[in-house]
Amino acid sequence: MFPSDIEFHVAPYISDFVKWITVAWEPFFTAFSNMVLGMLLQIEHILVAIPWWLWIIAVTVIAWRQTHEVVKTIMPGLLLFTVGIFGFWGIAMETLGIVIVSVIISLLLGIPLGIAMAVSDRCNTLVTPILDAMQTMPSFVYLIPALMLFGLGKVPGVVATVIYALPPVVRLTNLGIRQVSSSVQEAALAFGATSWQLMKEVRIPLAMPSILAGINQTTMMALAMVVIASMIGAGGLGEVVLICTNRIDVGGGFEAGWAIVVLAIVIDRLTQGLVRRWDTPGV
Amino acid sequence: MGMQDFNLLEVERLWKVYHKTEKALDLSDPVAIEKAEAAGAVIAVRDVSFKVKRGEVFVIMGLSGSGKSTLIRCLTRLIEPSTGVIRVKGKEVTSMDAEELTAFRRGEAAMVFQHYGLLPHRNVLENVAFGLKLRGLARELRESRAQEALRQVGLAGWEKKYPHQLSGGMQQRVGIARALVQDTDLLLMDEPFSGLDPLIRREMQDELIKLQKEWQKTIIFVTHDLGEALRLGDRMAVMGAGVFVQVGRPQEIVMNPADEYVQRFVQDEQRIAQLLDKGRVSRVRSIEAHASARAGR
Ligand SMILES: Nc1ncnc2c1ncn2[C@@H]1O[C@H](COP(=O)(O)OP(=O)(O)OP(=O)(O)O)[C@@H](O)[C@H]1O
Ligand SMILES: [Mg+2]
Repeated sequence: MFPSDIEFHVAPYISDFVKWITVAWEPFFTAFSNMVLGMLLQIEHILVAIPWWLWIIAVTVIAWRQTHEVVKTIMPGLLLFTVGIFGFWGIAMETLGIVIVSVIISLLLGIPLGIAMAVSDRCNTLVTPILDAMQTMPSFVYLIPALMLFGLGKVPGVVATVIYALPPVVRLTNLGIRQVSSSVQEAALAFGATSWQLMKEVRIPLAMPSILAGINQTTMMALAMVVIASMIGAGGLGEVVLICTNRIDVGGGFEAGWAIVVLAIVIDRLTQGLVRRWDTPGV
Repeated sequence: MGMQDFNLLEVERLWKVYHKTEKALDLSDPVAIEKAEAAGAVIAVRDVSFKVKRGEVFVIMGLSGSGKSTLIRCLTRLIEPSTGVIRVKGKEVTSMDAEELTAFRRGEAAMVFQHYGLLPHRNVLENVAFGLKLRGLARELRESRAQEALRQVGLAGWEKKYPHQLSGGMQQRVGIARALVQDTDLLLMDEPFSGLDPLIRREMQDELIKLQKEWQKTIIFVTHDLGEALRLGDRMAVMGAGVFVQVGRPQEIVMNPADEYVQRFVQDEQRIAQLLDKGRVSRVRSIEAHASARAGR
């Protein structure tokens, strides 16, 4: 046995620290909370206001424009229809709302961070290990700080989701910008591009396929995390799965799980289509 | 001093050392230089000085790795020289701050690259107008000028194509039009035709000779091909291991190679001439042919 007299616990210190921070930074957390909640409400409002058949038509039209194949066109709309059939339409929209808000915040933070990493080697060496750690950590771990700082509800759900979903878009923005051909950059510089013009006219446009791939991955990870975040009261489809699991309701769990998979497939198809569309001009 | 004698470009004692450490090297101390070289430093340009007159085509020729690309990039400080002075139209490029340098690159020197360096996400017209866009010119103005430049290089009607839809020769025409539209006196060309097959290369050389008659630009032209140097150059420098081994009129260099290194280039040229003429023509005849080709241009 490990001698118990040399045991040492950091738990009380961490709890104290969090208590202190929630009190000391209370205006900040309240403001942030209100902002996220406001965003969530507005987006959910819009999502629910769009009639279900319009959703299905829109998804089908977009799929047709991207694939021009009959099966791939009909599939997303049909899958979305089954979500409604199972009675999850409203709850699915709730989940989608949290995903959208989380992705927006992730992109607002992640794309500038990726650009900063591409520009500054120092920033790159500083942030890369943090991203590595973020990606190897099990997703449940992010629930804890979010819970500690924001309590139960949708806002900590968004916070945990943002932390979890952030790394891909940061990485792929950084990578995309760094991979831009040096001969093209050199030519731009030779014609008198400033470093800002180089970024805006050459580096970011040429990194766009990579950045969009990052957005796609971030979105998929956000969806995965939103489901888990239901454990701290984020609501949505994850909550249904959680309740069914506790009740050992296999059938109900399947239906809710199915709805999550459908959301994943539809979102993936649509965002990947975006990536391909950008790829066509140029090389 | 007449216009003909005006030195558009002056380079004095230019050095470029690629060095792993940031530590500055004392380039006046031969022992320190030797030590640095032994420690892995590459001296790509070693104490090079030259002057180019307005309207002259100055060819820099040398083997791969002799420092040609480094030298031509130092002229606009795309590669920062270690020491030395560069003057264009009497203005000292080497002492310009970032803002002055940007203005200089926009208005005084245009460059054409071996690998074209075109923007793959922009069409031909936008590529040619790119430099003007950087300067902040209005869209209609820059596009009408780009259109005119495209016409000059024989690419009218290709405005809406993307670079990857064009052959190598056409892409380089876009590269030349992009440099042309800048309306600079100085044109820097780093092996612009090396990536093209021999027939297209020949055609592009002819076209450059023709266009140069109109423009009267001052051209620094880098190549590793003596034939190209002989066809295009008013004067040429043979570069080896970072130094100018010999500078002079092309015919003089072919007739009086300064050392073995230069001799090797000349021999190659002779061999090609012999192959073409099935060995019947002597070296002197081939030189005469070059001389008359140049006189006829
Ligand atoms: N960034 C760099 N770091 C270190 N050494 C370099 C760098 N760039 C070039 N060199 C070295 O400097 C020397 C000159 O290179 P440079 O590219 O100027 O030659 P070049 O004459 O243009 O050759 P080529 O005909 O192959 O284009 C070479 O030995 C090369 O290895
Ligand atoms: Mg080179």
